[in-house]
Amino acid sequence: MNPSRSLNVILGIYVAMVFAFVFAPIVFSMIFSFNSQRFPTIPLGEFTTEWYAKILADPDVWEAALNSLIVSCSTAVIATFLGFCTAYSDFRYNFRFKGPYLALILLPPTIPLIIMALAMLAWFSKIGMSGQIYSIIIAHSVLTAPFAMAVIRLRLNQMDPDLESAAWNLGGSEWQTMRYVIIPFCKPAIFSALFLTAAVSFDEFAVSWFVSGLNKTLPVIILEIVQGNIDPQVNAIGTFVFLISMTLVVLAQVFFASRQLKSIKT
Amino acid sequence: MLSSSGRKFNLYALTWRLPIIFWQFIFFVGPVLFMVAMSFFLVKNYRMTEAFEFVNWSKMLSRGYFWDSYWYTVFIAGVSTICAMCIAFPAAFALAFRASESTRRWAIFLLIIPFFTSYLVRTFSWFVILSESGVINGMLGYIGLGPYTMLNTSFGTLVGYMTLTLPLVVILQTVTMANIDKNLIEAARNLGCSAFRTIWQVIIPLSKTGLIIAAIFCFILSFGDFVAPFYLGGSQEPTLPILILDTTKSGQQWPRAAVVAIMMMATLFAIAFAGIALAYRKKKGAK
Repeated sequence: MNPSRSLNVILGIYVAMVFAFVFAPIVFSMIFSFNSQRFPTIPLGEFTTEWYAKILADPDVWEAALNSLIVSCSTAVIATFLGFCTAYSDFRYNFRFKGPYLALILLPPTIPLIIMALAMLAWFSKIGMSGQIYSIIIAHSVLTAPFAMAVIRLRLNQMDPDLESAAWNLGGSEWQTMRYVIIPFCKPAIFSALFLTAAVSFDEFAVSWFVSGLNKTLPVIILEIVQGNIDPQVNAIGTFVFLISMTLVVLAQVFFASRQLKSIKT
Repeated sequence: MLSSSGRKFNLYALTWRLPIIFWQFIFFVGPVLFMVAMSFFLVKNYRMTEAFEFVNWSKMLSRGYFWDSYWYTVFIAGVSTICAMCIAFPAAFALAFRASESTRRWAIFLLIIPFFTSYLVRTFSWFVILSESGVINGMLGYIGLGPYTMLNTSFGTLVGYMTLTLPLVVILQTVTMANIDKNLIEAARNLGCSAFRTIWQVIIPLSKTGLIIAAIFCFILSFGDFVAPFYLGGSQEPTLPILILDTTKSGQQWPRAAVVAIMMMATLFAIAFAGIALAYRKKKGAK
């Protein structure tokens, strides 16, 4: 069928264009980070690593990188723990107010970050917890726990509910069953959730900017440089941030997909 | 709260159920409720004092600039939603019906990456690409066109919104349409339905719920984003998120920012509920 084939070609080109639009800023940011011109255009200037040298020599950037590392690792652990507890409760139990219970964890991502940022800033000031590293960690855990919950819940969906009862019948207590059956079964999803929540936390800038005080993370540094003027250092920091968060998201997806390959061990 | 096992106190069940309740009440419900309360506080000599006055509400809601900003934000987020849905649809259609299972999986895998990675840096990158001496105008210059002003316009804002929303909208549309029973489409085609009529009368009605959910997410994301209108749109017409930002950061007027935030949340809830109602009403009506 000829018209169908030409339609396929047109649609293929169209899909490629959409992907090009989505990935263009990432690619250009990386290219510009090696470009000598302060204000990049076509044709490109000379190859340089000047911007990288500049950011590596900047103690503020190092401090922010350390803060980002602490925040995203801590957030990942807390959010994944909360997500696991909630996913398991949802999987195993029916109870009154289950709807509001699930809404409680799933709602935060649907509220614009700028609003969460204002609410968190005001609340942390009120209860005397503002401007600390842990303020960012707490806020990020609230924002990312739903992602962890979703990933782990999808994994639990694949578990035969009889598996748990079988373990009990064989004499295992509920706690032992959790330890030796459920957690091993969820392991790939737990890793996936850890990487995904770390990535989201690593990239989040609005809430971090509001509640961080003097403890800036990398995205906050970027936000502050960008506010001043055009500075190619942003591309260098940005490339670094891209590489880390892309790696984390890819790892999250690889672990998440591995659930399908792994068979149940009993 | 009884567990399914019927015991009154079940330590094991509560261990898994309680952490999130405590955590979200202290750090999610608390902040949101406090923000609502804060909208009634007073600011005297740059210090916030707890009170119950309607002065912030009456001041904000009687200002022309608030309503200008409000309707502009609703408008531009609406335009963004329509653009994203229309731009994404052919791509999602191709991925859902014309691509193989593995191509589709790879496409979604790739689109998930930018959805979760630094939106801020991607926006800044557009700033450089779109500027008057930037890449696009540089290329257009070779064929004797331009330079065109793309930054500090609504076009710039929309490019930013597309950067934010397009990956998610393509994913949601693709997944929705890939789940349609292919036999129904075959049947429509065999009965002589044209390709466009099949899309309009078979595919879109069958994927209505998913499409509306994609549109709601797109609206929420655009409505609440301050980066695109600020950097690419030049904030000449400030959107509500920019209003919150300015009011909070420069003036110490947290209570007034809270008023704006509550108005935004109310609007989003109204639109989300209307959308969900629409999604399910039509579904029931169809059969």
